[in-house]
Amino acid sequence: MSTVANAGQLTTAEPRRPWAVSRSKRLLGFGRMLTFAVAAFVATILTPLANFDGWAVAFLLINLAWVIGIASKLGAKERRDAVLRVVITSLAVLAFVPWLSILVTVILKGYRAVYPGYFISDMRTSTPDDELNIGGAGHAIVGSLIMVAIATVVTLPLGILTGIYLTEVRGRLTFLVRFIVQSMAGVPSVVAGLFIFATVVKSMGQYSGLAGGLALAVLMLPTVSRTAEEVLKLVPDDIRSAGYALGARQWRTALLVVLPTVRAGLSTAAILGVARVIGETAPLLLTSLNTNGFVWNPIGGTVASLPTYIFAMFMYGTEYSNARAWTGSLVLLALVFFFFIIARRLGNKSALKANANRRK
Amino acid sequence: MTIVETPEPRQMMVVYSRADRIFRRIVTGGALTSLLLLGFITAFLVMRSAETFRQFGLDFITGSEWFSAGEDPLGGAVEGAVEEVDESVFSIGPMIVGSIVVALIAMLFAVPLSIGGALYIEFYAPRSIYRVLVSLLDLAAAIPSLIFGLWGIQVFTAIGVRWATLLNDRLSFIPIFSVEFENFGRSPFVAGCVLAALVVPITTSVSREVYSRTPRDLIDTCFALGGSKWGAIRSVVMPYGKSGVIAGAMLGLGRALGETVAIYLMLNLVFRYSFEILDSAGGNVASMIALKFGEATDKEISALIASGLVLFIITLIVNMIASSIVARTTPRA
Repeated sequence: MSTVANAGQLTTAEPRRPWAVSRSKRLLGFGRMLTFAVAAFVATILTPLANFDGWAVAFLLINLAWVIGIASKLGAKERRDAVLRVVITSLAVLAFVPWLSILVTVILKGYRAVYPGYFISDMRTSTPDDELNIGGAGHAIVGSLIMVAIATVVTLPLGILTGIYLTEVRGRLTFLVRFIVQSMAGVPSVVAGLFIFATVVKSMGQYSGLAGGLALAVLMLPTVSRTAEEVLKLVPDDIRSAGYALGARQWRTALLVVLPTVRAGLSTAAILGVARVIGETAPLLLTSLNTNGFVWNPIGGTVASLPTYIFAMFMYGTEYSNARAWTGSLVLLALVFFFFIIARRLGNKSALKANANRRK
Repeated sequence: MTIVETPEPRQMMVVYSRADRIFRRIVTGGALTSLLLLGFITAFLVMRSAETFRQFGLDFITGSEWFSAGEDPLGGAVEGAVEEVDESVFSIGPMIVGSIVVALIAMLFAVPLSIGGALYIEFYAPRSIYRVLVSLLDLAAAIPSLIFGLWGIQVFTAIGVRWATLLNDRLSFIPIFSVEFENFGRSPFVAGCVLAALVVPITTSVSREVYSRTPRDLIDTCFALGGSKWGAIRSVVMPYGKSGVIAGAMLGLGRALGETVAIYLMLNLVFRYSFEILDSAGGNVASMIALKFGEATDKEISALIASGLVLFIITLIVNMIASSIVARTTPRA
């Protein structure tokens, strides 16, 4: 933003923004909202509306009433515009409230049972109802990570191949494959569990971490394939042309030119897949069940995992087991967010250039 | 006077080397695993549920009784032996209806919320929080359904029951809002609300994606002609994004139909046709499978797999409609 001020005679005009909301107006708006909030609170006392949700409804109604009130001064068009602004804003707030509430709940209820031992000890020597300073979910975390690792090892190559097929090879089945991948994203998780139960668990004769991992793989494959495709699509065609122009055949161009440019993006695909399946409960209830101790062997019988641990603790139904369940949820949510943020970081890095001109 | 010979246009031909052909074959093989997998899932489910369908036929889908007679003491019938009496009856009619009812309640809340949310993020939110909102939305979509279930039962139920009571008080003359016993917890209505919370992030992010692709020129044209923001949204953005929003809603519906644990925790499963959505009784195929699986006999497992097949087919149809809408509306790459 270097101006030419040093040249002396030229001055750059400061950009003015006549449409910007002035400060006093903004303050006025804020004050109005505050008044409405207080009025809504009064309404919760005077009317059958109660609690936070009742307050929210009262607040919305007051807002609407005010908008309709002032709107009588406006034309029909402005009136509709003002009313719809309030409606859309409140719908958006309503859409965001539940999951913010979830976040707050998980943190508030979850920190109770946190202590260092929670992450390294298992439940072999303690019952769900014991004091919160013994026992933990270490075994469940390990089990989850093992199963997710199995799922990643299976799906990552397949997902990348699917991505390459859809963007580089573009065979006759491109349309069909894309269609199937998209439809598979909606396979109910419990059906994936049933499928693996009917095949892997039945033929091995036992529940196992391997079966759990494969069930997760079924659910993970569509996510990884789709993200891989999206990522590969962002590679500019110039890069491919450059590869061909240098005399590389298609396979060399694809493997040695195109793929290396999206290394970060493909990691994103894997991590997004992991974030998608690490919280899956239903398939694991059918394939790997739950245990109380560490199990490192993926074909050595039932394995605990974070979701089934949380589920079991919750179903136990006492105060302490409940606290353990919420702490498990906190750990699970932290893991999901951790993977998610890594994926974002990597994704932003790789897609920076490609995305630069996508949004104004 | 010489005749100029026009050269024949050269035929552009792609010649793949052997290495290329091998490469293409390997990649194609990898890409076909999804296809194979889908085929395998269908085949196995059909195979393992054949027994149930052979025994109960269409009654499996329409009947409303689930009774397992326990393990066969003989360990399986012998060919040609006297036909033993097996009183097991498996049918999932109320579960299918219940799944649809709960999913529809969820969509009733989720669709307006997600359209509102998407429009707000794209057109009303201050630019400074735009990126934050989009990231929040992605994170919300990643919250495991189990946590939605826990939150639903320990936090939301109190709120949901209050609203259900209010509905029942004022509107009980409408049949679906009447109840037999005034116990509104674990009812399809409350479960549907939680399911809506679970579906909203998914449908919102699809709708937002579609809305964000509205050509800026068209919106500006609308403003230039004197249109208001809502005018632009109604006459340009909404028509442009309509099919995308429908596709998003269908994806959400598929998710809602297949959801297991959240419903397992939130809904009281009863094998009886019931349309009283405030009553503490409902049905759901997916959570019924999880519920019955623990102590199921071999025959019952076959019936559960048959239920899984029914669920699979329903969600697959919903998802295929969704993805064909998506495929039709997004420009091919």
